[in-house]
Amino acid sequence: MRIAVLASRVRAEEKLIFTELERRGLDYVKVDDREQIFDLHRREYPFDVVLERCIQHSRALYMLKIYHDAGVPTVNTYHVASTCGDKFLTTQALVHAGVPTPGNVLAFTPESALEAMEQMGYPVVLKPVVGSWGRMVSKVNDRDAAEAILEHRDVLGTYQHAIFYIQEYIKKPGRDIRSFVVGDECIGAIYRTSEHWITNTARGGQASNCPITSELADLSIRAANAVGGGVVAIDLLETEDGRILVNEVNYTMEFRNSIDTTGVNIPAKIIDYTLKVGRGAA
Amino acid sequence: MTASCPECSAEITLAADTMASEIVACPDCGAELEVVSLTPPTLALAPEVEEDWGE
Repeated sequence: MRIAVLASRVRAEEKLIFTELERRGLDYVKVDDREQIFDLHRREYPFDVVLERCIQHSRALYMLKIYHDAGVPTVNTYHVASTCGDKFLTTQALVHAGVPTPGNVLAFTPESALEAMEQMGYPVVLKPVVGSWGRMVSKVNDRDAAEAILEHRDVLGTYQHAIFYIQEYIKKPGRDIRSFVVGDECIGAIYRTSEHWITNTARGGQASNCPITSELADLSIRAANAVGGGVVAIDLLETEDGRILVNEVNYTMEFRNSIDTTGVNIPAKIIDYTLKVGRGAA
Repeated sequence: MTASCPECSAEITLAADTMASEIVACPDCGAELEVVSLTPPTLALAPEVEEDWGE
């Protein structure tokens, strides 16, 4: 089976994946997006499966579309990448699949966004619809902060920043949960603990093992299925009254802090699944 | 395997299992560097984070 791994920057995750591919003696090639020239009239590619590990969402999306349209199965699919890469589309998918998720509104002007925040009641969370690692995710505590941040986004931001995705602030117990789903299995989960309200490990959150309860596994798999399934990482929030809400779903998941923590060989699981997709068995 | 830091010219020792496109930090100046070639080992300043980077 000929495997293409789409990647530019080799992070810890890509290194683990390449090491596992080498260890198994699999036939793979790294496709670096920075070196590609895609002839859009080309209809065939010499791969049986594509594993996407790009750091850039826009490039990942287009390359997945190109391979998909040429009939090459991909992990993840173009549909999953487009849904997970946009927080608005993720929320739509979760809501319409009946997966519990925080309250959320969308507005297109600073005036309507301010009105929305006033109606929701502070604090609220304002997020860019595209972006990761908690970047530019803002907790808005009062009207003064809301006016300031809306003006900054209006004046300094790109068009993307004129889309106001506003989420209910969930008072969580100093941590959130990240679970990992591969195919139809929830393979592990970690707590991400931080004194800061942003708990991303890329921002200093500390990882520790989170036991997979049947509730957590069920919710994670439902969230994965809602966005189209595959290899995804689910961010979950625990509410003060004991509910678990799905916050986001990530499609090119990072897991460097989660292998030792969970004891699960995550890169091996990803490759097992990729081979299954390549055989048409997933 | 060694290569020189494009920022501060320090001589950096690369681990034997270093891969192309891997990111390393210069122990002297802290610059984030990308291994752009293994034959010969060559380092360049790593690209800056862009808006759509992430998971």
